[in-house]
Amino acid sequence: MSNPAPSNPSASNPSAGSAPTSTLRGALRLVDYWATVYRRTWRGSIVSSFITPLLYVLAMGVLLGGFVEADPATLEGATSYLAFVVPGLVAATSMTTVVGEVTYPVMAMVKWNKTYFSMTATPLGVREIALAHLGFVAFRVAVTAAVFLAVTAPFGVYESAPGVLGAFVVQVLLGMAFAVPLYAFAAGLRDETAFSLVFRLGMIPMFLFSGAFFPVANLDAPLEALARATPLWHGVDLTRMLVLGVPDWSMVAVHVAYLLALVVVGWWWAVRRLARRMQQ
Amino acid sequence: MVVTASTGLILQRNFLAYRRVWWIFATGFLEPVFYLFSIGVGVGALISGFEVGGREIPYAEFVAPGMLAASAMNGAVLDSTFNFFFKLKYSKLFDQMLATPLTTTDIARGELAWSLLRGGVYSLGFLLVMLAMGLVSSWWAVLVLPATLLIGLAFGAVAMALTTYMRSWQDFELVTLSTLPMFLFSATFFPVTTYPGVLRWVVEATPLYRGVVLCRELTTGVVTWDSAVSVVYLVAMGLAGLLVARRRLDSLLLT
Repeated sequence: MSNPAPSNPSASNPSAGSAPTSTLRGALRLVDYWATVYRRTWRGSIVSSFITPLLYVLAMGVLLGGFVEADPATLEGATSYLAFVVPGLVAATSMTTVVGEVTYPVMAMVKWNKTYFSMTATPLGVREIALAHLGFVAFRVAVTAAVFLAVTAPFGVYESAPGVLGAFVVQVLLGMAFAVPLYAFAAGLRDETAFSLVFRLGMIPMFLFSGAFFPVANLDAPLEALARATPLWHGVDLTRMLVLGVPDWSMVAVHVAYLLALVVVGWWWAVRRLARRMQQ
Repeated sequence: MVVTASTGLILQRNFLAYRRVWWIFATGFLEPVFYLFSIGVGVGALISGFEVGGREIPYAEFVAPGMLAASAMNGAVLDSTFNFFFKLKYSKLFDQMLATPLTTTDIARGELAWSLLRGGVYSLGFLLVMLAMGLVSSWWAVLVLPATLLIGLAFGAVAMALTTYMRSWQDFELVTLSTLPMFLFSATFFPVTTYPGVLRWVVEATPLYRGVVLCRELTTGVVTWDSAVSVVYLVAMGLAGLLVARRRLDSLLLT
């Protein structure tokens, strides 16, 4: 690669006159870049992160839900199938939103448009670049979750107002639990065909089997254990407990710790993998 | 060049192109199966079942032919939009093909044949899963395979024709905007009787609805003269799409 990359990309280049003094300050210098990107692309995200989940709410929740004999004992405390499936769809949408943002767009930044290489030609290093990009992803999932929660509120399925606020925070956490490790994976990837596997063998099975559409307790024991091990189930369960106003605080702690751990490990891996990639 | 020979050449080209990424081909089969297990079995456990042709059938048996028809649509549309657009605009594959004795008609026919072949393999696999799960209750079901090919032809041809009008990847949001509502609302997951008056007519007029009821009539054995309406509808749609696609390719590639 002919683009100049700093020998130690994780540190800022001290010879430059205006080197940022911390990773966060450095990342903030990329805010205008991401703001420009968003101004030009937000319309395209309306379909995937807003219309799609709303159509699922109508089809599965309202119409199909009309045929479900709802019993809170079998629906994890929800009094209707709509009340059961909406928090599931909120969490699933948080997942699909970020997966879209950290697969092909990251490949474009590294391989196709090589935007990252021009960024590292400035006093910014990989930490700053990764933090800014992931910050943008966090912003995307926050906007999507806020709009989705607001639009589904009139369906009358949310039992607890503070729970809905908590669920909003959970969406950002859940989104980042997917985004950061997957960002690390994408940042070091040479060939985009692997993304097909991420979608078909990762995202879609999780979307369908991690408790969003039906209680995982209905699965066979080994499959249930597998479903409970996925990050999406932790997010779905957390979201559902909160909006239905029936939080089990010890479970809340487990879910949050699990999701936070993914973010932390993912961040460590992302910096390593991106630094190695930018040096090649 | 003879029709079969030119189509065969394009099929062979696609086969070679996919040989190294065979798992992309293979995993495409899994998506409808996942949906069948999740919605049909998982959500189905919460639903008592629906009446088809005067007989109460379990929810999985109701939803499976819907998934089959929807995946025939999705597969054909995916091939004829994203993959076709890439070959048309980015890899310039068709320009290269036209430098050989192949014509635009050969290209349209060859690409569509590949997409049908691929869809047919997936449909056959799905049908075998249905059979293994006991979700097929009539010998009419042997006609489901040609029915899914017909769905693939109708959607593939129209999608290919529309793709020739697309300017950038952003326009593909419109593809999702038209296929997803059909997937969710064309009596795939619940009976069309759920809808009131006019709305019901709208649903019954969509091509996916025709495909879904056709597949459902065949797997449950409730075949009537109404089934012929669906067949005629899908054939007409496919022919119209092919006609437009060929003319558009002529004007895009031969100028």
